[in-house]
Amino acid sequence: METEVKLTKLASCAGCGAKVGAGTLVHLLEGFRTHTDPRLIVGYDKSDDASVYVLDDKTALVQTTDFFPPIVDDPFLYGQIAAANALSDVYAMGGEPRLALNIMCIPDSMDKETVQEILRGGYDKAYEAGAIITGGHTIHGAEPIYGLAVSGFVHPDKVLTNSGAKPGDVLILTKPLGIGILTTALKAGIVPDVDEQQAADLEKRIFAQMATLNRAARDVMVRYPVHSCTDITGFALLGHSFEMAQGSGVTIHIETARVPYHKEAAACAEMGLIPAGAYRNRDYAEHGVLVRGDISRSMQDILYDPQTSGGLMMAVPKECASALLDELHEAVPAAARIGYVTEPEEAAIILE
Amino acid sequence: MKQLDARGLSCPEPVIMIRKAMQSADKEYEIIVDNVAARENVTRFAEHQGCKVSVKESGGEYTLSITR
Repeated sequence: METEVKLTKLASCAGCGAKVGAGTLVHLLEGFRTHTDPRLIVGYDKSDDASVYVLDDKTALVQTTDFFPPIVDDPFLYGQIAAANALSDVYAMGGEPRLALNIMCIPDSMDKETVQEILRGGYDKAYEAGAIITGGHTIHGAEPIYGLAVSGFVHPDKVLTNSGAKPGDVLILTKPLGIGILTTALKAGIVPDVDEQQAADLEKRIFAQMATLNRAARDVMVRYPVHSCTDITGFALLGHSFEMAQGSGVTIHIETARVPYHKEAAACAEMGLIPAGAYRNRDYAEHGVLVRGDISRSMQDILYDPQTSGGLMMAVPKECASALLDELHEAVPAAARIGYVTEPEEAAIILE
Repeated sequence: MKQLDARGLSCPEPVIMIRKAMQSADKEYEIIVDNVAARENVTRFAEHQGCKVSVKESGGEYTLSITR
């Protein structure tokens, strides 16, 4: 379904590409007064996906919020993707989302049906996730925005932060990369070497991927002694890997030949169809990245490409990695081993 | 020399603009952009088309000279 005014035309930047750079955020928050609380076990100081507050021996509260301008023109799909993306932060902590609040901004020009379809998409995903949307807040503004503030629960001993990776771990990624580049290319109406039908199929494939919850991946993950997890979103594989490497005090090795990505993204990157967020991500993480060997510029562009509603990246003890991956493949066929973790070496991230 | 002004445009607009312009028979193009992403993307596009690109920076704006 298409709206009369294309939703994506109302947005100056798409999806997680709209995210403020990681480096900028750190500076913005410097020096603020805050309370400390021993029960806040993951907080503002950790650059993690969500905050975690211990309620009792068995329960910790996970809180997060995420929203962005339209990344697709179909309002229902936009709502689904924005909700799947917001819910993902709870899954990335190993938790289960339970309650959510809508966050919405609507331009005066947007008709009631479109607004309703966006919300319907959000409710659809929240329902699938087993979470209840209890309310929210909607304002008028120039650009449409939609997302959720989500609360979930996790056992305090089973919280998965992005700073727990250990030397010897294997890294697993559950969704292929290239979303930012491909949505940029589709927005431009240029996808090289594909006909109209193939472009339509590609669009369908990446839209479905963005609307897919990380729930199935999380449910398999929590059955294994996984050390660390994060979801790969606006900061791209390398931005989020950089946070994990720094937070964990390790070096992350990315075996680039193993990294799953949508093949069409390489040709699009070569033609300069790359979202601005990818350059911000490069700016943020590049000083921590050592390129070892001959890794093409387009592959590097894909590794810096901001993902909207991307997959989970887990650091898994080597002993259980293949069992986890086998089980994961039943629910999440695209999941792949993409690298490994060592003691600190000459760079936080080494591309091989 | 064909001159284009892509200031104020965000990606992928500058690439769309240069791509459309390069469908003409002109040999030389000059495009002004005002952000790093546009500079890099237009450079990648032109190089992919087999063109030579040189960049001049001035006050946060970039002038790209593209030669077929």
